[in-house]
Amino acid sequence: MGGFRADVLRLCALAAALGLAPLALSGGYHLTVLTMCCLHAMIAVGLNLLVGHAGQISLGHAGFYGLGAYTTAVLTSTLGLPVPLGMAAGVLAAAAVAFLVGVPSLKLTGHYLAMATLGFGIILSILFNETVAITGGPSGFTGIPRPAVAGTPLGDLAYYFIVAGSLCLVLLLSLNLLHSRLGRALRALHTSEKAAQAMGIDVARHKLFVFVLSAGFAGLAGVLYAHYLTFIAPASFGFSFSVELIVMVVLGGMTSLLGSVLGAFFLTVLPEFLRVFENVEVLLFGLILVLCMLYLPGGLAGGLAALTERLRRTALERTRSREAADD
Amino acid sequence: MDPASILQYCITGLTVGSTYGLAALGFTIIFNTTGVINFAQGEFVMLGGMVSVFALRGLGLPEPVAVALAVPAVTLAGALVERLAIRPASGRPAMDLIIITIGVSILIRGLVMLVWGKDTHALPPFSGETPIPFLGAALMPQSLWVLSITLALLAGLKYFFSATLHGKAMLACSHDAKAASLVGIGVRRMVLLSFMISAFVGAVGGVILAPLTMTSFDVGVLLGLKGFAACILGGLGNPFGAAAGGLILGVLESLGAGLISSAYKDAIAFVILLALLFVRPSGLFGAKDAKRV
Repeated sequence: MGGFRADVLRLCALAAALGLAPLALSGGYHLTVLTMCCLHAMIAVGLNLLVGHAGQISLGHAGFYGLGAYTTAVLTSTLGLPVPLGMAAGVLAAAAVAFLVGVPSLKLTGHYLAMATLGFGIILSILFNETVAITGGPSGFTGIPRPAVAGTPLGDLAYYFIVAGSLCLVLLLSLNLLHSRLGRALRALHTSEKAAQAMGIDVARHKLFVFVLSAGFAGLAGVLYAHYLTFIAPASFGFSFSVELIVMVVLGGMTSLLGSVLGAFFLTVLPEFLRVFENVEVLLFGLILVLCMLYLPGGLAGGLAALTERLRRTALERTRSREAADD
Repeated sequence: MDPASILQYCITGLTVGSTYGLAALGFTIIFNTTGVINFAQGEFVMLGGMVSVFALRGLGLPEPVAVALAVPAVTLAGALVERLAIRPASGRPAMDLIIITIGVSILIRGLVMLVWGKDTHALPPFSGETPIPFLGAALMPQSLWVLSITLALLAGLKYFFSATLHGKAMLACSHDAKAASLVGIGVRRMVLLSFMISAFVGAVGGVILAPLTMTSFDVGVLLGLKGFAACILGGLGNPFGAAAGGLILGVLESLGAGLISSAYKDAIAFVILLALLFVRPSGLFGAKDAKRV
């Protein structure tokens, strides 16, 4: 897959594409979808570090996403604190709760860990629904302020650039991490916990670190989401979204960070395309998911790599046969 | 709190817990032969209820016939899921197969929504709605049906796994698929069989629960979730732990709803489940941590 430099080059290409994308899109609807793609990709990248690289699972990441969103909503809207302060508090809250939950949970393995994180996500989602006085309950929380520069609230385009920029930063940080001593420790841990331990890697601390980091990314996406839509409701942070996030990571290709970005974009855009089919929408979504999983063993990233390889080869063969014909 | 209402909560809990237990059993049977958590398990339960409703209302069949038709139909659906979605991906990591089952569950939900709509339906109780007084609590006849059918199914499965050749072959697969194939057991056939039995058990659960709670295209999600929680509670891989886990979860939920708060009943059940996992990391009846390095 190439080294750090190749990954950074790919990241630059992605950044350029994200920067130029608004030029090719018409209207606010497309921009909103693109912004949502970037937000989902941010969570998927964090989850990829946890699932694909550290080998742990979380079925509760929608909870951290919601925690970030609700923290900043309450702080900036109910208590009237400045937006940047609320955003920072939202990210910190998600990370802090992940720390508290992670200490006992990460002792569990496999499906038991899945259950613990799932249970935690559901408890959070029930709290979002039932603490009506704080969160507004099932009907949602309205009136979250848009960040403003010199008194004027940011427009959708400016906000999109903030979100896309954050995604690139999250990716850069994650790539850096994976190519560091810590990243190697994580891979060792994924291969065999016992062997990693024998090499002197503090397994518990590394797992906890990645868990907290990925929850922090989810929290960041949450605060950006809250101030983007200025309205949040518990339905966006439930169990099904946690599952969707895992699907993004696996469908994208477990070991590839950019694959997770691809998975997130694919699963976020797909329902928008399927919307024209109305009643058949859900059915088609399930069918496409099953077919992708069946026929792309390396995920979307693997499929893309195989496709470019095949194109390169046929191009090569064509030039060769042309050269042969010329001779 | 008087003992009669506590008894009432326990009866309600055991009734609902039976279906969680049946869903959990389905998870366990498939997990044992494939190592996969089948996210479509809840959809089998939903299909059991919905197909009976359709056979009763749409085709105008009498209820016993409708039920007798629904259960084999869902069993067939289980076989189709294995044949079309799981077998083509055999040999892939468990995580890939789990995602495939998530896709299948969305597909089944979408299909049911398309064919039978989004409405909520109720199945009439099997034998009337006159409550039977029992030590100061009221026992619904349907609760008796649920409890006795669950017990009968458990006894049947116990017999199947301990006394029949197919059952023993499936157990062998769960211990070591390779060794099982070496002694001549068709592992693939056993995987197919496990999907069919899981679908069967799930469908029975759906059929007996439908008269008590409503059924619609999306009830499978929550039932699947509770079933998974129940089999983790009992210790993954142990069928009778799973059934017991379901009953315990049902009673916890019902007591939590009755004694503390109905809005937080799921939260209470999950808090207890988490606390238990932190103390006993492999469930109540799960094998102690024994893992190959």
